[in-house]
Amino acid sequence: MSVTTQHTTPTELMVYRVVFALLIINKAGGLIYTRTFAPGLQKLDSNDYLILAGTFHGIHAISRSINPAPPVPPAPGNRRPPTTGIESMESSHFRLTCFQSPTGVKFLLFTSPEQPNTDVIVRRCYEVYGDFVMKNPFYSLEMPVRVEKFDRALGAYLARP
Amino acid sequence: MPAPTTATATATTNNNPPTPLDFKESDTIPLPPPKPFQPSLRHPASRKSIYDRALSRPPSSTSLPAFAHLFNTLITYHHAKSASVSEIEGRLNRAGYPIGIKMLDLLLYRQGGKAVRPTRLLDLLQFVHGVLWRGLFGRAADALEQSTSKREEYMIVDNEPVVNTYISIPKEMSQLNCAAFVAGIIEGVCDASGFGTEGVSAHWGEGDEMWPGKTIFLLRFQEKVVEREEGIKAAGG
Repeated sequence: MSVTTQHTTPTELMVYRVVFALLIINKAGGLIYTRTFAPGLQKLDSNDYLILAGTFHGIHAISRSINPAPPVPPAPGNRRPPTTGIESMESSHFRLTCFQSPTGVKFLLFTSPEQPNTDVIVRRCYEVYGDFVMKNPFYSLEMPVRVEKFDRALGAYLARP
Repeated sequence: MPAPTTATATATTNNNPPTPLDFKESDTIPLPPPKPFQPSLRHPASRKSIYDRALSRPPSSTSLPAFAHLFNTLITYHHAKSASVSEIEGRLNRAGYPIGIKMLDLLLYRQGGKAVRPTRLLDLLQFVHGVLWRGLFGRAADALEQSTSKREEYMIVDNEPVVNTYISIPKEMSQLNCAAFVAGIIEGVCDASGFGTEGVSAHWGEGDEMWPGKTIFLLRFQEKVVEREEGIKAAGG
């Protein structure tokens, strides 16, 4: 019995721990990249993706400005540190992790709730973006990302064989 | 200071302070006096720049992202100035050419007293394949081949060129290979060592699943170089 549990537990975990999708939103709220990584997901059409990105961008901006906690007095000579806005949202079937770069690009990572270390994963996606998109001379800023090596590197990191 | 007679004549007229009347007649505006030269080169804390270092010192490795940033700027500049893919490649090639001419001397100097300039075609190709590649990228190139159809053509293969690490070519210009810069370096080395080329170009090695970025550098030597090489061979050299 113990043997079977040892065999089934890792496979069950493999099934539940999934990265579903990655969206990248530029600083103006436009969707510049979308990709799904797991098979059998519910399909969204491209218009829905754009609406999702724009809506999230707005809500994120609101969440940055409504901050019930009393403001921490900044160190003399420093500006008050900005609030980060939404960092993660959880529901029964998925978790949304949001990472905003210092330049305002947002990375939205949709995973299953069981997936650990989503903040590490989304930062790694940011690194890959920095390497293969920002260092590519043929990419123009704020435009949709169509970069072959970025796709390949993300696939190697996130897609399960 | 070379001073031909005509130059002295103009120099003496320039030395005289021109009268305001002269400007009206000649319709020119006097240039402001040149500013004293102020070097913009920043020195590290030890007050030693790269030019103060001994040439024979083994090269320290450079950060790849720093290189990528410079190379990125180079490509963006030439891309904005050129109308076609072949023009970008030509411009990148010319940017690499002077580096190649200097690399030949530098690498031979660093090899120490026993090093000699490659005088035979095969020596030169092995120099490019091994010494030049190690000097530039820290590893040898992946293959060295001779064309089966043309005797003056040779190929050097790099499975994953370092300069292309972060570069993805958009579909509308899929023929472009930014390793044309490296091809220019090779051309400079060949020309500087006395093996004139008809041009060195970089091409994508297509249909390789394992190495999608495989690049073939095609070296086309001049006819007289090949003839000279065969002459030496016939004389038993």
